[in-house]
Amino acid sequence: MDILNALVAFLNFVFIPGLTYGAQLALGALGVTLIYGILRFSNFAHGDTMAFGTMVTILVTWWFQSIGITAGILPTALLALPFGIAATAALVLATDKAVYQFYRRQKASPTILVIVSMGVMFVMNGIVRLIIGVDDQNFADGGRFLISAGEFKSATGLAEGLAIKGTQAVTVITAFVVVAALFWFLQKTRTGKSMRAFSDNEDLALLSGINPDRVVQVTWILAAALATIAGVLYGLDKSFRPFTYFQLLLPIFAAAIVGGLGSPLGAIAGGFVIAFSEVVLTYAWKKVVTYVLPESLAPDGLLQLMATDYKFAVSFAILILVLLFMPTGLFKGKSF
Amino acid sequence: MSKNAKLFLGVAVLYLATGLLISWNQALFILNFALVSAIMALGVNIQWGYAGLFNTGIMGFAALGGLSVALVATPPVREAWAAGGTGILAGLGIGLATLAAGITLWKRMVPGRNRALALTLVLLAGFVIFRMVFDPAVTAVEAVNPSVSGNLGGLGLPVLLAWPLGGLLAALAAWGIGKTALGLRSDYLAIATLGIAEIIVAVMKNEDWLARGVKMMNVQQRPWPVPFEVDLQANPTFLNLANSLGFDPVTGSSILVKLTYMAMILAVLAGIIWLSERALNSPWGRMMRAIRDNEDAARAMGKDVTRRHLQVFILGSALAGVAGAILTSMDGILNPGTYQPLRFTFLIWVMVIIGGSGNNWGAVLGSLLIGWLWLIVETLGPTVMSGITAGMADGPLKAHLVDSAQHMRLLTMGVILLLVLRFSPRGLIPEK
Repeated sequence: MDILNALVAFLNFVFIPGLTYGAQLALGALGVTLIYGILRFSNFAHGDTMAFGTMVTILVTWWFQSIGITAGILPTALLALPFGIAATAALVLATDKAVYQFYRRQKASPTILVIVSMGVMFVMNGIVRLIIGVDDQNFADGGRFLISAGEFKSATGLAEGLAIKGTQAVTVITAFVVVAALFWFLQKTRTGKSMRAFSDNEDLALLSGINPDRVVQVTWILAAALATIAGVLYGLDKSFRPFTYFQLLLPIFAAAIVGGLGSPLGAIAGGFVIAFSEVVLTYAWKKVVTYVLPESLAPDGLLQLMATDYKFAVSFAILILVLLFMPTGLFKGKSF
Repeated sequence: MSKNAKLFLGVAVLYLATGLLISWNQALFILNFALVSAIMALGVNIQWGYAGLFNTGIMGFAALGGLSVALVATPPVREAWAAGGTGILAGLGIGLATLAAGITLWKRMVPGRNRALALTLVLLAGFVIFRMVFDPAVTAVEAVNPSVSGNLGGLGLPVLLAWPLGGLLAALAAWGIGKTALGLRSDYLAIATLGIAEIIVAVMKNEDWLARGVKMMNVQQRPWPVPFEVDLQANPTFLNLANSLGFDPVTGSSILVKLTYMAMILAVLAGIIWLSERALNSPWGRMMRAIRDNEDAARAMGKDVTRRHLQVFILGSALAGVAGAILTSMDGILNPGTYQPLRFTFLIWVMVIIGGSGNNWGAVLGSLLIGWLWLIVETLGPTVMSGITAGMADGPLKAHLVDSAQHMRLLTMGVILLLVLRFSPRGLIPEK
């Protein structure tokens, strides 16, 4: 019985939050990795692209709510999501035309492109703060809990409750569908194949008649869609605040690099590695351990490896370790 | 008159106009901010302009400089030292020893499963012992008078010492970071340093025993190089002077304090510019540029690229530390929450790129210009926005627009940076 309680506590406080956060990071990291694979630079503006997409989605959600459209048990934001994606795609395509295209034609070095993306980051950050402000925005509605702790306790008779928030379920399912669709697109469609060819060997791809402009455009649209979905899921699960999204850039980069920049599969693995390490290292294990160990061995301390405030530090520490010892990442991305 | 002198004159006009049209107090405030930023910008210029190192961790080094003010200038808390000082020092010692043991192990043993296993064991054991020694000491220290101290306090030395020591602290950290991260290629270096800076600030926020964390720390108690406004306003000589010259003593004292700071910052800045210019035009400077332009060729000529990179990384970061110390001693308060990458890292980068990377005068000009713009948009933004929206009916939309006008500055910075990168990538004062 105690083992069961320990398992439920583990699921409730470690596994489910880690899975949800991991799914959000994986989607963000997929966008970063796609841009790196095709356009060959680390996009510092990705966090703010996420913020922009989420902002548009929030605005449309509010509009829907005000005219009485809701998605029933699901969050209304899911209905607004396509609008967010469309607006973000338009924004990044315009940015590409106005800004990045020039440097691509010049064959500028990746470092210059990173600095340029810093400029884009400032602009997008400014736009988001100008339109929606800097405060927390909560836009989650629909069913609160899939399973609530009380129901679970009375149904199973266990001392520990298991709560699954609606937004957590929505995050995991949406992420799964999006990733499946993305991989289908990359593996099966003509455009997806040409993208992979372009990423593998640009010259060879150009030689075989692949239109580079089209590949770049599709990449930006995919990145915008992934960024918006990741941002909205994160915002539904926690809350939306422009500054938090800027900070998310770092765990997302960590996830993409840990998995191997340029490798979509790696981005997903990296997202979960980062998320679970953050949760596992900052969770106070006392509760779980108390259930498993006999009473005489019960721990005195919280058994917390690090204070919760060091969550971000954990992801950077892993990032730095991977950069030093395994620069191509888990899935052999492009190191040079 | 040369083009560069005209540019500096133009910026001077901006500051004079601010003084005449808004207030001298405001103009001096912006000027001091820009001058401190110029020191950081010189640091970035040494790293990026001379050597091509992409360091986005300026915020972390500035934060360390700020920390040094608290550690140098505040009086020690004797009770806290008695309660847990030795424990904390021992804990830190154990932590460092574990890391050193791990590194030696990694270097000495043959690669393979045994090495990985041994390393994991050493690190795990070290971590457990570290927590066993460190945690009770921290609890004891933080329990000492938590509403006003709860930390170990500083050395109780004059605050001016904190400026060079802040540089030294940042240099030490840069040595450790450079040793591990400088081998990375440039965009990875940028991401790694961005992360390390966040870690430094996270440590300062959470380790209350060090400098009270987010509870903030007043660092104004020690012998101060500059008089306090309040003391000046009570000083009969100053009041007489204010009377005879006919200015308001409150504004006057504030301006006098700012002028004193300005003189001190200018002295530091002038020294740094002189040294950087000498370095840039010396054989060392030529070597750095050679390494920047073609690393392989420089290596083939027998230059130790790794060592030179480390050297320049330490020098540039030390300047950021000095600037951070000046800023904190000027604010009189250490608040780790104010360290934000947009303001302390990316804004400095904008300054360097717009001014002209590779040119020290360019970095200074960029700081004066961008520093002015950054703060003036904050002041003028809402006024301008109320002007624009004057015709609109009062309502939530108008209020929102006026409120958010101060965020215009991010947008403005971004647009300026993109325009300069596109149309004048070498900046206002290009490298010679």
